Amino acid sequence: MNRKSIETLVGLFVLLGILALVFLALKAANLATFANNDSYAVQARFDNIGGLKVRAPVRSAGVTVGRVTHIGLDGKTFQGVVTLDIEQSYQFPRDTSAKILTSGLLGDQYIGLEPGGDERNLQPGQVITQTQSAVVLENLIGQFLFNKAADAGTEAAAGGKK
Amino acid sequence: MSMNWIATLGRVALQWLHSLGHAAFFFVDVLRRCPAALRRFSLVVAQVHAIGNLSLVIIVASGLAVGFVLALQMYYALVKYGAAESLGLIVNLALVRELGPVVTALLFAGRAGTSLTAEIGLMKAGEQLAAMEMMAIDPKVRVLAPRFIGGIVSMPILAALFSAIGILGAYVVAVLLIGVDSGNFWSIMQNSVDVWRDVGNGIVKSAVFGVICTAVALYQGYETKATPEGVAYATTRTVVVSSLAVLGMDFILTALMFSTP
Repeated sequence: MNRKSIETLVGLFVLLGILALVFLALKAANLATFANNDSYAVQARFDNIGGLKVRAPVRSAGVTVGRVTHIGLDGKTFQGVVTLDIEQSYQFPRDTSAKILTSGLLGDQYIGLEPGGDERNLQPGQVITQTQSAVVLENLIGQFLFNKAADAGTEAAAGGKK
Repeated sequence: MSMNWIATLGRVALQWLHSLGHAAFFFVDVLRRCPAALRRFSLVVAQVHAIGNLSLVIIVASGLAVGFVLALQMYYALVKYGAAESLGLIVNLALVRELGPVVTALLFAGRAGTSLTAEIGLMKAGEQLAAMEMMAIDPKVRVLAPRFIGGIVSMPILAALFSAIGILGAYVVAVLLIGVDSGNFWSIMQNSVDVWRDVGNGIVKSAVFGVICTAVALYQGYETKATPEGVAYATTRTVVVSSLAVLGMDFILTALMFSTP
Protein backbone atom coordinates (compact mmCIF):
# COMPACT_ATOMS: atom_id res chain seq x y z
CA MET A 1 0.00 0.00 0.00
CA ASN A 2 2.75 2.41 1.02
CA ARG A 3 4.86 1.36 -1.92
CA LYS A 4 1.91 1.87 -4.24
CA SER A 5 1.39 5.44 -3.02
CA ILE A 6 5.09 6.25 -3.46
CA GLU A 7 4.91 4.96 -7.02
CA THR A 8 1.89 7.17 -7.66
CA LEU A 9 3.71 10.20 -6.29
CA VAL A 10 6.78 9.51 -8.42
CA GLY A 11 4.52 9.04 -11.43
CA LEU A 12 2.97 12.45 -10.76
CA PHE A 13 6.45 13.94 -10.41
CA VAL A 14 7.58 12.58 -13.78
CA LEU A 15 4.31 13.71 -15.35
CA LEU A 16 4.88 17.22 -14.01
CA GLY A 17 8.33 17.19 -15.58
CA ILE A 18 6.94 16.13 -18.95
CA LEU A 19 4.26 18.83 -18.72
CA ALA A 20 6.94 21.43 -17.99
CA LEU A 21 8.94 20.26 -21.02
CA VAL A 22 5.90 20.36 -23.28
CA PHE A 23 5.15 23.86 -22.01
CA LEU A 24 8.73 24.97 -22.69
CA ALA A 25 8.74 23.45 -26.16
CA LEU A 26 5.29 24.51 -27.37
CA LYS A 27 4.39 27.68 -25.51
CA ALA A 28 7.79 29.17 -24.74
CA ALA A 29 9.77 28.09 -27.82
CA ASN A 30 9.24 27.65 -31.52
CA LEU A 31 8.38 23.97 -31.90
CA ALA A 32 4.77 24.81 -32.77
CA THR A 33 5.84 26.86 -35.80
CA PHE A 34 7.52 23.79 -37.24
CA ALA A 35 4.39 21.69 -37.10
CA ASN A 36 3.83 21.45 -40.83
CA ASN A 37 7.02 20.14 -42.34
CA ASP A 38 5.91 20.06 -45.96
CA SER A 39 8.02 22.66 -47.65
CA TYR A 40 10.05 23.26 -50.76
CA ALA A 41 13.42 24.97 -51.12
CA VAL A 42 14.25 27.77 -53.55
CA GLN A 43 17.35 29.89 -53.78
CA ALA A 44 17.85 33.63 -54.06
CA ARG A 45 21.03 35.53 -54.89
CA PHE A 46 21.77 38.86 -53.28
CA ASP A 47 24.63 41.32 -53.80
CA ASN A 48 24.58 42.00 -50.07
CA ILE A 49 22.60 40.13 -47.44
CA GLY A 50 23.29 42.65 -44.66
CA GLY A 51 22.50 41.15 -41.27
CA LEU A 52 20.29 38.31 -42.50
CA LYS A 53 20.62 35.18 -40.40
CA VAL A 54 19.75 31.53 -40.82
CA ARG A 55 16.18 30.86 -39.52
CA ALA A 56 15.07 34.38 -40.37
CA PRO A 57 11.45 34.45 -41.51
CA VAL A 58 10.36 34.65 -45.15
CA ARG A 59 7.28 36.83 -45.48
CA SER A 60 4.87 37.69 -48.20
CA ALA A 61 2.44 40.55 -47.55
CA GLY A 62 3.66 40.40 -43.95
CA VAL A 63 2.60 36.78 -43.48
CA THR A 64 5.34 34.33 -42.55
CA VAL A 65 5.45 31.67 -45.27
CA GLY A 66 8.83 30.07 -44.62
CA ARG A 67 12.31 30.35 -43.19
CA VAL A 68 15.89 30.90 -44.35
CA THR A 69 17.66 27.56 -44.02
CA HIS A 70 21.11 28.22 -45.42
CA ILE A 71 23.33 31.16 -46.33
CA GLY A 72 26.45 30.78 -48.46
CA LEU A 73 28.72 32.70 -50.81
CA ASP A 74 29.00 31.93 -54.51
CA GLY A 75 32.73 31.77 -55.18
CA LYS A 76 32.42 32.85 -58.84
CA THR A 77 29.98 35.77 -58.72
CA PHE A 78 30.68 36.71 -55.10
CA GLN A 79 26.99 36.91 -54.37
CA GLY A 80 25.29 35.73 -51.23
CA VAL A 81 23.26 32.58 -51.93
CA VAL A 82 20.30 32.24 -49.59
CA THR A 83 18.22 29.07 -49.45
CA LEU A 84 14.58 29.56 -48.48
CA ASP A 85 12.22 26.89 -47.25
CA ILE A 86 8.69 27.82 -48.20
CA GLU A 87 5.62 25.97 -47.00
CA GLN A 88 4.11 23.67 -49.59
CA SER A 89 0.70 25.30 -49.33
CA TYR A 90 2.06 28.62 -50.63
CA GLN A 91 2.95 28.62 -54.33
CA PHE A 92 4.57 31.68 -55.87
CA PRO A 93 4.81 32.75 -59.54
CA ARG A 94 8.04 32.13 -61.39
CA ASP A 95 9.00 35.85 -61.52
CA THR A 96 8.56 36.53 -57.82
CA SER A 97 11.07 39.01 -56.47
CA ALA A 98 12.82 38.84 -53.10
CA LYS A 99 13.90 41.74 -50.91
CA ILE A 100 15.81 41.84 -47.66
CA LEU A 101 13.79 44.02 -45.33
CA THR A 102 13.98 45.07 -41.70
CA SER A 103 11.11 44.69 -39.25
CA GLY A 104 10.83 48.00 -37.44
CA LEU A 105 13.63 50.51 -37.15
CA LEU A 106 16.09 48.29 -35.31
CA GLY A 107 14.44 44.90 -35.72
CA ASP A 108 15.69 41.67 -37.25
CA GLN A 109 16.02 41.32 -40.98
CA TYR A 110 13.74 39.09 -43.00
CA ILE A 111 13.08 38.25 -46.63
CA GLY A 112 10.01 39.75 -48.26
CA LEU A 113 8.61 38.00 -51.34
CA GLU A 114 6.70 40.03 -53.90
CA PRO A 115 4.77 37.83 -56.33
CA GLY A 116 4.99 38.61 -60.04
CA GLY A 117 2.51 37.89 -62.80
CA ASP A 118 3.91 34.73 -64.39
CA GLU A 119 1.48 31.86 -64.78
CA ARG A 120 4.08 29.21 -64.04
CA ASN A 121 4.96 28.67 -60.40
CA LEU A 122 8.34 28.52 -58.69
CA GLN A 123 9.58 24.96 -58.68
CA PRO A 124 11.71 23.42 -55.91
CA GLY A 125 15.39 24.21 -56.46
CA GLN A 126 14.81 27.16 -58.76
CA VAL A 127 16.59 30.46 -58.27
CA ILE A 128 14.83 33.77 -57.65
CA THR A 129 16.64 36.17 -59.95
CA GLN A 130 15.01 39.49 -59.16
CA THR A 131 16.36 40.48 -55.80
CA GLN A 132 16.99 43.61 -53.82
CA SER A 133 19.85 43.62 -51.37
CA ALA A 134 19.79 44.74 -47.79
CA VAL A 135 20.20 48.43 -47.15
CA VAL A 136 23.59 49.07 -45.61
CA LEU A 137 23.61 52.24 -43.56
CA GLU A 138 27.19 53.18 -44.47
CA ASN A 139 26.45 52.99 -48.20
CA LEU A 140 23.29 55.04 -47.70
CA ILE A 141 25.17 57.77 -45.81
CA GLY A 142 28.00 57.67 -48.33
CA GLN A 143 25.55 58.15 -51.19
CA PHE A 144 23.84 61.00 -49.36
CA LEU A 145 27.14 62.79 -48.74
CA PHE A 146 28.21 62.24 -52.33
CA ASN A 147 24.97 63.74 -53.63
CA LYS A 148 25.33 66.70 -51.26
CA ALA A 149 28.85 67.31 -52.50
CA ALA A 150 27.74 67.02 -56.10
CA ASP A 151 24.90 69.52 -55.50
CA ALA A 152 27.26 71.93 -53.76
CA GLY A 153 29.68 71.55 -56.68
CA THR A 154 27.07 72.38 -59.34
CA GLU A 155 25.79 75.31 -57.28
CA ALA A 156 29.29 76.65 -56.87
CA ALA A 157 29.91 76.24 -60.59
CA ALA A 158 26.63 78.04 -61.41
CA GLY A 159 27.49 80.82 -58.95
CA GLY A 160 30.93 81.23 -60.50
CA LYS A 161 29.47 81.85 -63.94
CA LYS A 162 27.23 84.68 -62.81
CA MET B 1 65.50 23.66 4.12
CA SER B 2 64.63 25.95 1.29
CA MET B 3 63.31 22.95 -0.65
CA ASN B 4 60.75 22.32 2.06
CA TRP B 5 57.91 24.35 0.63
CA ILE B 6 58.47 22.82 -2.80
CA ALA B 7 58.10 19.39 -1.24
CA THR B 8 54.91 20.55 0.49
CA LEU B 9 53.55 21.81 -2.80
CA GLY B 10 54.38 18.50 -4.44
CA ARG B 11 52.73 16.56 -1.64
CA VAL B 12 49.55 18.64 -1.87
CA ALA B 13 49.44 18.20 -5.65
CA LEU B 14 49.95 14.44 -5.35
CA GLN B 15 47.26 14.17 -2.69
CA TRP B 16 44.88 16.14 -4.85
CA LEU B 17 45.59 13.95 -7.87
CA HIS B 18 45.24 10.85 -5.73
CA SER B 19 41.83 11.89 -4.40
CA LEU B 20 40.72 12.84 -7.93
CA GLY B 21 41.69 9.39 -9.19
CA HIS B 22 40.00 7.81 -6.20
CA ALA B 23 36.79 9.71 -6.96
CA ALA B 24 36.97 8.74 -10.64
CA PHE B 25 37.31 5.04 -9.76
CA PHE B 26 34.40 5.38 -7.34
CA PHE B 27 32.30 7.04 -10.06
CA VAL B 28 33.04 4.28 -12.59
CA ASP B 29 32.34 1.68 -9.90
CA VAL B 30 28.88 3.09 -9.18
CA LEU B 31 28.19 3.54 -12.89
CA ARG B 32 28.95 -0.13 -13.55
CA ARG B 33 26.47 -1.18 -10.88
CA CYS B 34 23.62 0.90 -12.28
CA PRO B 35 22.20 -1.87 -14.54
CA ALA B 36 22.05 -4.22 -11.55
CA ALA B 37 20.27 -1.55 -9.52
CA LEU B 38 17.77 -0.97 -12.34
CA ARG B 39 16.64 -4.57 -12.01
CA ARG B 40 15.40 -3.73 -8.53
CA PHE B 41 13.27 -0.91 -9.79
CA SER B 42 11.33 -0.24 -6.59
CA LEU B 43 14.55 0.91 -4.92
CA VAL B 44 15.08 3.47 -7.69
CA VAL B 45 11.46 4.64 -7.47
CA ALA B 46 11.81 5.17 -3.73
CA GLN B 47 14.92 7.27 -4.34
CA VAL B 48 13.28 9.39 -7.05
CA HIS B 49 10.60 10.07 -4.47
CA ALA B 50 13.10 10.99 -1.78
CA ILE B 51 15.30 13.12 -4.06
CA GLY B 52 12.82 14.50 -6.58
CA ASN B 53 9.35 14.71 -5.04
CA LEU B 54 10.55 16.06 -1.74
CA SER B 55 12.59 18.79 -3.51
CA LEU B 56 9.54 20.01 -5.39
CA VAL B 57 8.45 22.68 -2.92
CA ILE B 58 11.74 24.52 -2.76
CA ILE B 59 12.26 24.29 -6.54
CA VAL B 60 8.79 25.59 -7.38
CA ALA B 61 8.99 28.38 -4.80
CA SER B 62 12.45 29.47 -5.99
CA GLY B 63 11.46 29.30 -9.66
CA LEU B 64 8.43 31.47 -9.03
CA ALA B 65 10.46 34.00 -7.03
CA VAL B 66 13.22 34.16 -9.66
CA GLY B 67 10.64 34.65 -12.42
CA PHE B 68 8.90 37.45 -10.48
CA VAL B 69 12.11 39.29 -9.69
CA LEU B 70 13.65 38.90 -13.16
CA ALA B 71 10.49 40.28 -14.76
CA LEU B 72 10.35 43.26 -12.38
CA GLN B 73 14.02 44.17 -12.78
CA MET B 74 14.13 43.67 -16.54
CA TYR B 75 11.02 45.79 -16.96
CA TYR B 76 12.69 48.91 -15.53
CA ALA B 77 15.62 48.56 -17.93
CA LEU B 78 13.58 47.58 -21.00
CA VAL B 79 10.86 50.18 -20.68
CA LYS B 80 13.51 52.90 -21.18
CA TYR B 81 14.09 51.56 -24.69
CA GLY B 82 10.42 50.94 -25.37
CA ALA B 83 11.07 47.21 -25.53
CA ALA B 84 8.95 46.01 -22.62
CA GLU B 85 7.42 43.33 -24.86
CA SER B 86 10.81 41.58 -25.05
CA LEU B 87 10.54 40.92 -21.32
CA GLY B 88 9.29 37.39 -21.88
CA LEU B 89 12.11 36.60 -24.28
CA ILE B 90 14.83 37.78 -21.90
CA VAL B 91 13.36 35.99 -18.90
CA ASN B 92 12.87 32.84 -20.98
CA LEU B 93 16.43 32.73 -22.33
CA ALA B 94 17.95 33.56 -18.94
CA LEU B 95 15.93 30.81 -17.26
CA VAL B 96 16.12 28.09 -19.90
CA ARG B 97 19.80 28.51 -20.72
CA GLU B 98 21.41 29.44 -17.42
CA LEU B 99 19.38 30.08 -14.30
CA GLY B 100 17.13 27.04 -14.57
CA PRO B 101 19.89 24.42 -14.65
CA VAL B 102 22.36 26.29 -12.41
CA VAL B 103 20.06 27.50 -9.63
CA THR B 104 18.28 24.15 -9.59
CA ALA B 105 21.63 22.39 -9.28
CA LEU B 106 22.70 24.64 -6.41
CA LEU B 107 19.39 24.09 -4.61
CA PHE B 108 19.60 20.39 -5.42
CA ALA B 109 23.06 20.20 -3.83
CA GLY B 110 21.71 21.93 -0.74
CA ARG B 111 18.44 20.04 -0.47
CA ALA B 112 19.09 16.55 -1.83
CA GLY B 113 22.89 16.29 -1.93
CA THR B 114 23.32 16.98 1.77
CA SER B 115 20.66 14.48 2.74
CA LEU B 116 22.32 11.82 0.56
CA THR B 117 25.72 12.49 2.12
CA ALA B 118 24.39 12.51 5.67
CA GLU B 119 22.36 9.34 5.11
CA ILE B 120 25.23 7.37 3.62
CA GLY B 121 27.73 8.84 6.07
CA LEU B 122 25.60 7.75 9.01
CA MET B 123 25.10 4.32 7.45
CA LYS B 124 28.85 4.05 7.27
CA ALA B 125 29.33 5.40 10.81
CA GLY B 126 26.76 2.88 12.07
CA GLU B 127 28.62 0.15 10.14
CA GLN B 128 25.48 -0.71 8.17
CA LEU B 129 27.46 -0.74 4.95
CA ALA B 130 30.00 -3.10 6.45
CA ALA B 131 27.16 -5.29 7.73
CA MET B 132 25.72 -5.49 4.22
CA GLU B 133 29.04 -6.62 2.87
CA MET B 134 29.14 -9.27 5.57
CA MET B 135 25.81 -10.56 4.24
CA ALA B 136 27.30 -10.63 0.73
CA ILE B 137 25.12 -7.71 -0.38
CA ASP B 138 27.05 -5.15 -2.40
CA PRO B 139 26.25 -1.78 -0.78
CA LYS B 140 27.12 -0.06 -4.03
CA VAL B 141 24.30 -1.94 -5.78
CA ARG B 142 21.85 -1.79 -2.89
CA VAL B 143 22.52 1.75 -1.57
CA LEU B 144 24.61 3.89 -3.91
CA ALA B 145 23.46 3.03 -7.45
CA PRO B 146 19.70 3.56 -6.83
CA ARG B 147 20.44 6.97 -5.31
CA PHE B 148 22.68 7.82 -8.24
CA ILE B 149 19.98 6.95 -10.79
CA GLY B 150 17.37 8.74 -8.71
CA GLY B 151 19.45 11.91 -8.75
CA ILE B 152 20.10 11.77 -12.49
CA VAL B 153 16.39 11.25 -13.22
CA SER B 154 15.20 13.95 -10.83
CA MET B 155 17.54 16.78 -11.74
CA PRO B 156 16.41 17.47 -15.36
CA ILE B 157 12.76 17.22 -14.31
CA LEU B 158 13.33 19.71 -11.50
CA ALA B 159 15.24 22.08 -13.80
CA ALA B 160 12.50 21.96 -16.46
CA LEU B 161 9.92 22.68 -13.75
CA PHE B 162 12.02 25.55 -12.44
CA SER B 163 12.22 27.17 -15.88
CA ALA B 164 8.54 26.62 -16.69
CA ILE B 165 7.38 28.00 -13.32
CA GLY B 166 9.78 30.93 -13.67
CA ILE B 167 8.33 31.84 -17.07
CA LEU B 168 4.82 31.61 -15.65
CA GLY B 169 5.94 33.86 -12.79
CA ALA B 170 7.31 36.37 -15.27
CA TYR B 171 3.98 36.18 -17.12
CA VAL B 172 2.09 36.97 -13.92
CA VAL B 173 4.25 40.03 -13.19
CA ALA B 174 4.62 41.30 -16.75
CA VAL B 175 1.13 40.72 -18.13
CA LEU B 176 -1.16 40.66 -15.12
CA LEU B 177 0.55 43.26 -12.89
CA ILE B 178 2.45 45.60 -15.22
CA GLY B 179 0.19 45.24 -18.25
CA VAL B 180 2.55 44.16 -21.02
CA ASP B 181 0.58 42.86 -23.99
CA SER B 182 0.01 39.14 -23.58
CA GLY B 183 0.18 38.28 -27.29
CA ASN B 184 3.49 40.08 -27.78
CA PHE B 185 4.88 38.52 -24.62
CA TRP B 186 4.43 35.01 -26.02
CA SER B 187 5.02 35.62 -29.74
CA ILE B 188 8.37 37.42 -29.33
CA MET B 189 9.42 34.57 -27.09
CA GLN B 190 8.35 31.94 -29.61
CA ASN B 191 10.09 33.76 -32.45
CA SER B 192 13.50 33.77 -30.85
CA VAL B 193 13.73 30.74 -28.56
CA ASP B 194 14.81 27.59 -30.34
CA VAL B 195 13.65 24.23 -29.04
CA TRP B 196 16.87 22.31 -29.59
CA ARG B 197 19.41 25.04 -29.20
CA ASP B 198 18.00 26.70 -26.08
CA VAL B 199 15.59 24.32 -24.36
CA GLY B 200 17.47 21.18 -25.42
CA ASN B 201 20.86 22.45 -24.32
CA GLY B 202 19.36 23.56 -21.02
CA ILE B 203 18.14 20.01 -20.42
CA VAL B 204 21.55 18.59 -21.34
CA LYS B 205 23.13 21.00 -18.87
CA SER B 206 20.79 20.00 -16.07
CA ALA B 207 21.47 16.29 -16.74
CA VAL B 208 25.23 16.93 -16.48
CA PHE B 209 24.71 18.88 -13.25
CA GLY B 210 22.56 16.04 -11.92
CA VAL B 211 25.41 13.59 -12.48
CA ILE B 212 27.91 15.96 -10.84
CA CYS B 213 25.81 16.78 -7.77
CA THR B 214 24.72 13.20 -7.09
CA ALA B 215 28.17 11.73 -7.65
CA VAL B 216 29.81 14.28 -5.34
CA ALA B 217 27.18 13.71 -2.64
CA LEU B 218 27.56 9.92 -2.80
CA TYR B 219 31.35 10.07 -2.83
CA GLN B 220 31.51 12.43 0.15
CA GLY B 221 29.09 10.22 2.07
CA TYR B 222 30.90 7.01 1.19
CA GLU B 223 34.31 8.40 2.16
CA THR B 224 33.15 9.95 5.42
CA LYS B 225 35.21 9.53 8.55
CA ALA B 226 32.94 7.42 10.73
CA THR B 227 32.42 10.10 13.40
CA PRO B 228 29.82 12.83 13.99
CA GLU B 229 32.41 15.46 13.00
CA GLY B 230 33.25 13.43 9.91
CA VAL B 231 29.60 13.40 8.77
CA ALA B 232 29.26 17.14 9.44
CA TYR B 233 32.45 17.82 7.48
CA ALA B 234 31.38 15.60 4.58
CA THR B 235 27.98 17.32 4.37
CA THR B 236 29.65 20.73 4.17
CA ARG B 237 32.09 19.47 1.55
CA THR B 238 29.19 18.16 -0.54
CA VAL B 239 27.66 21.63 -0.85
CA VAL B 240 30.97 23.41 -1.45
CA VAL B 241 32.41 20.93 -3.95
CA SER B 242 29.23 20.37 -5.95
CA SER B 243 28.43 24.10 -6.11
CA LEU B 244 31.92 24.95 -7.37
CA ALA B 245 31.89 22.03 -9.81
CA VAL B 246 28.50 23.10 -11.17
CA LEU B 247 29.57 26.72 -11.65
CA GLY B 248 32.83 25.71 -13.33
CA MET B 249 31.13 23.14 -15.54
CA ASP B 250 28.44 25.66 -16.44
CA PHE B 251 31.06 28.01 -17.87
CA ILE B 252 32.56 25.22 -19.98
CA LEU B 253 29.16 24.00 -21.21
CA THR B 254 27.99 27.53 -22.03
CA ALA B 255 31.19 28.18 -23.99
CA LEU B 256 30.66 24.94 -25.92
CA MET B 257 26.93 25.36 -26.54
CA PHE B 258 26.34 29.07 -27.04
CA SER B 259 29.65 30.52 -28.21
CA THR B 260 28.45 30.81 -31.81
CA PRO B 261 25.65 33.37 -32.28
